[in-house]
Amino acid sequence: MEHIAIIGNGISGITAARHIRKRSNKKITVISSETDYFFSRTALMYVYMGHMKFKHTQPYENWFWKKNDITLKKGYVKQIDTAQKNLIFSNGEQLYFDKLIIATGSKPNKFGWPGQDLKGVVSLYHKQDLDAIEAYAPNNSVCKRAVIVGGGLIGVELAEMLHSRHIPVTFLVREESYWNSILPSGESKMITHEIIKNGIDLRLGSNLKQINSNEDGTVKSIVIAETGEEIKCNIVGLTVGVSPNIGFLKHSTIETNRGVLVNRNLETNIKDIYAIGDCAEQRIALEDRKPIEAVWYTGRIMGETVAQTICNKETLYTPGHWFNSAKFFDIEYQTYGRVNSEKYVKPNESHFHWMHPDQTKCLTFAFDKHTHTFLGINAFGIRMRHEIFNRWLDQNKTIDYVLEHLEIAHFDPEFYKTYYPEVLKKYNVETNKTLKLKSKSWSQLFTLKS
Amino acid sequence: MKTIRTLGLGLLLAVFALFINLLFMGNYKLSSATFDLYIIQNNISSEVFIKDLKNTIVDNDFSTPFYLANSIAEAVESANTYHRENKEWNQVIWAKPHSLAYQIVKSSGQGIVVQNKFLIWLLSFGLAIIGALLFMLPAIRLKGPAGIKNNHIYHSNATNRGWIAWFVFAFLILFYLVLYFRPSYMINWIYIVDPISEFLSGNPASQWFLYGFLYCVIMTLMAVRMYIKYRHNNYQILRTTSLLFFQIVFAFLIPEILVRFEKPWYDFKNAFPLDYDFFFRWNLNELLESGGFGLFILVWGIVLSLVVVPVMVYFFGKRWYCSWVCGCGGLAETLGDPYRQLSSKSLFSWKVERWLVHGVLVFALLMTGLTLYGYFSEAYEVFGIKVQTIQDIYGFLIGSIFAGVIGTGFYPIFGNRVWCRFGCPLAAYMGVIQRFKSRFRITTNGGQCISCGNCSTYCEQGIDVRAYAQKGENIIRASCVGCGICSAVCPRGVLKLENGPEQGRIGSNAVLLGNEMNLLDQLHDK
Repeated sequence: MEHIAIIGNGISGITAARHIRKRSNKKITVISSETDYFFSRTALMYVYMGHMKFKHTQPYENWFWKKNDITLKKGYVKQIDTAQKNLIFSNGEQLYFDKLIIATGSKPNKFGWPGQDLKGVVSLYHKQDLDAIEAYAPNNSVCKRAVIVGGGLIGVELAEMLHSRHIPVTFLVREESYWNSILPSGESKMITHEIIKNGIDLRLGSNLKQINSNEDGTVKSIVIAETGEEIKCNIVGLTVGVSPNIGFLKHSTIETNRGVLVNRNLETNIKDIYAIGDCAEQRIALEDRKPIEAVWYTGRIMGETVAQTICNKETLYTPGHWFNSAKFFDIEYQTYGRVNSEKYVKPNESHFHWMHPDQTKCLTFAFDKHTHTFLGINAFGIRMRHEIFNRWLDQNKTIDYVLEHLEIAHFDPEFYKTYYPEVLKKYNVETNKTLKLKSKSWSQLFTLKS
Repeated sequence: MKTIRTLGLGLLLAVFALFINLLFMGNYKLSSATFDLYIIQNNISSEVFIKDLKNTIVDNDFSTPFYLANSIAEAVESANTYHRENKEWNQVIWAKPHSLAYQIVKSSGQGIVVQNKFLIWLLSFGLAIIGALLFMLPAIRLKGPAGIKNNHIYHSNATNRGWIAWFVFAFLILFYLVLYFRPSYMINWIYIVDPISEFLSGNPASQWFLYGFLYCVIMTLMAVRMYIKYRHNNYQILRTTSLLFFQIVFAFLIPEILVRFEKPWYDFKNAFPLDYDFFFRWNLNELLESGGFGLFILVWGIVLSLVVVPVMVYFFGKRWYCSWVCGCGGLAETLGDPYRQLSSKSLFSWKVERWLVHGVLVFALLMTGLTLYGYFSEAYEVFGIKVQTIQDIYGFLIGSIFAGVIGTGFYPIFGNRVWCRFGCPLAAYMGVIQRFKSRFRITTNGGQCISCGNCSTYCEQGIDVRAYAQKGENIIRASCVGCGICSAVCPRGVLKLENGPEQGRIGSNAVLLGNEMNLLDQLHDK
């Protein structure tokens, strides 16, 4: 029986394992040095905040793996012998495979700051990070202040976590406005305001110079590069992005760049060895997507894609239109298609922006200046229907069509107030048009082809 | 703000101490005049019993209701034993010993509580209400801006099966045991709501009036908590208001007012088979003897269960009842909300749930079948089984122990919908319709799920919502009561409760995969 070894029990590796099992009776081994069982690392923040226990982050009960004949192995793969098809573990153990899937995910970036390896310098990625945060910041008497470096999605999650335990948080963000390399300025300002409103000491345009140490090797303070200001703190969160976790491949014959290089079939340069998820890098980036995409759902899609290929149904990785979501304190964010920030805006890209006066809800629509084709939407504080926007993007609907039909894309819970008449009114004023909102029709909503 | 909160908590604890202390207060004396009147009114012909009570109890002073109640109940039992041995069937007392004891104790109370009902009501209920509000209202400021604030639920002793939870668990179970089986032990609590009962129905309060009143007060207070916690969520606000309205108006006020006009006590929203004694002989007789109005209730009760319930479930799912109307649901969604995360999500629990809840439904239907057969054939025994015995078993096991003692008592340990999930026959009936013939579903929003598990954790019915959401499938489950919390706690906007065409209700959302080639394949496969 063919033996499929999977290194990594995150969303990519586990999805691959599940789908190989669905389609075949191959022998499957999933290897991890992090945890015994698959868990959802997106939920680590909720464990610290007391919304959940760690066991709630595990989507499958522990009996699931045995019942589905998926062997889980705890261990750290040190080296891959591609010629002999052998995995060599840190304890010297070896494991033969017929096919190998590398799904080792990411590791948090560190940019060589003095003191970056001190006790109390943490990130938020692995289960071990959660344990460290719990140890160094259990409450606000042990941890008098926390400093977070890096203004991305993980940084704001970490800020929310520490804030939940009433620990004062200083948040260093390199940009002049939070996440403004991704978000258009109106939205970036709104989220900046939301972070400050929640009592976070947000320092924009600030970089870390160094982390100072106490005598026992714990964090004492940090210094801001721009001002030289020293801030006393007990924990430092480094959330300046992630990069593929592929250090163990250094001496193998598997070709790597920043990540493991793969083709559209997710195959590496070595036959029978695949790479998926955060650690995989497309040799040629797909249209409108980066060669490495460390998001949850691309890992899932790659897992399913590679499973099909391995089960003799060669399938290309085709992630479809971009979408994503996040939450900034109390403001939910969803995006479908591409809405670029001022920094990366395309020459043909134009925006229509609507913001609610209370500054907790806003919509930004991107469209083609010339053809008026709808390109994407950013929705803050309002939930939108993925399926509908995907369909509209497929069908190259115009911005006018999208605005007129917003009711059917609405996904907020029942009885929530909708703002589409106001949105359309603003658009009509700006464009001198007289568009009217179409009422919601179930038949449109539930027909896959329309 | 914190001080106000502490003050509120202090007040609540003080009132709780007073409440417990109340049980032991007052004195009790059964006067011979009262006793004689009771004997005549209730046609008690047991000389043994009368003599026994006259010797030991009548005109004697008791300082607590417990000894008095137990002595009366024992007297009933020993008199009955004597009469049975001597086959003096006409002298046997058929009333349940502790029901009879309760009635006698109720008319024996004297002293501080009986004389100061209203004052003590103010000191207990009044201060408790103020204390609870002082404790809860500061949350608007203390817990930060509107939004999901589930911080520290798993760090708290009250909501993570800590000592506070176990204490509340023990207290609730004791409370229900006393309420159902030893009502005279809480006689002083009943006295203090006498004035309200007399105002509404003209009668002094019974333990059921006390329970109904307490139920309304607790639901109202905990609804205030819901309003604060979900002030950003209109679905939750409207739903909570609806539950409160149906509890206070339909389950509490209307039935009491009906009694004032000498009509049968009836809760117009309580549908059979949850209302399991609707077809019992005594109820049918009472309705038929109450003229046109009784007949109206009879017809309404049948139409409610056979037409209104299934039609509404078809259009809106069972949530229209469980999360918008039902009294049990009302308590679960208010008092029980802090405990929703404690329901078990294991596959094993789901198996137990299906056997148990459908088992109770079958039990209820069989019992009702026997009852009606007996009613129409004018027999007390059907197939050699005493109808009364079956009814008593159901009433004891399901009506009292499961719905009450377990149903509410288990809140702090096993979550707030134990009864609704494992025991309620109406929920089982509606669940079958919801599963197979309904427009209701929880839609999963394409591929946005990140498997975080908030939805599953906070599902009071123990549904593993995430298992569906992460596959892009809609959630169609018999047990879903449509409380909407999964959708509320989702940090990525993945879930939406909605009613829509049956076509495509269950099917998984092909966008999820994002893999367009597969999408087409999947469509062809189907």
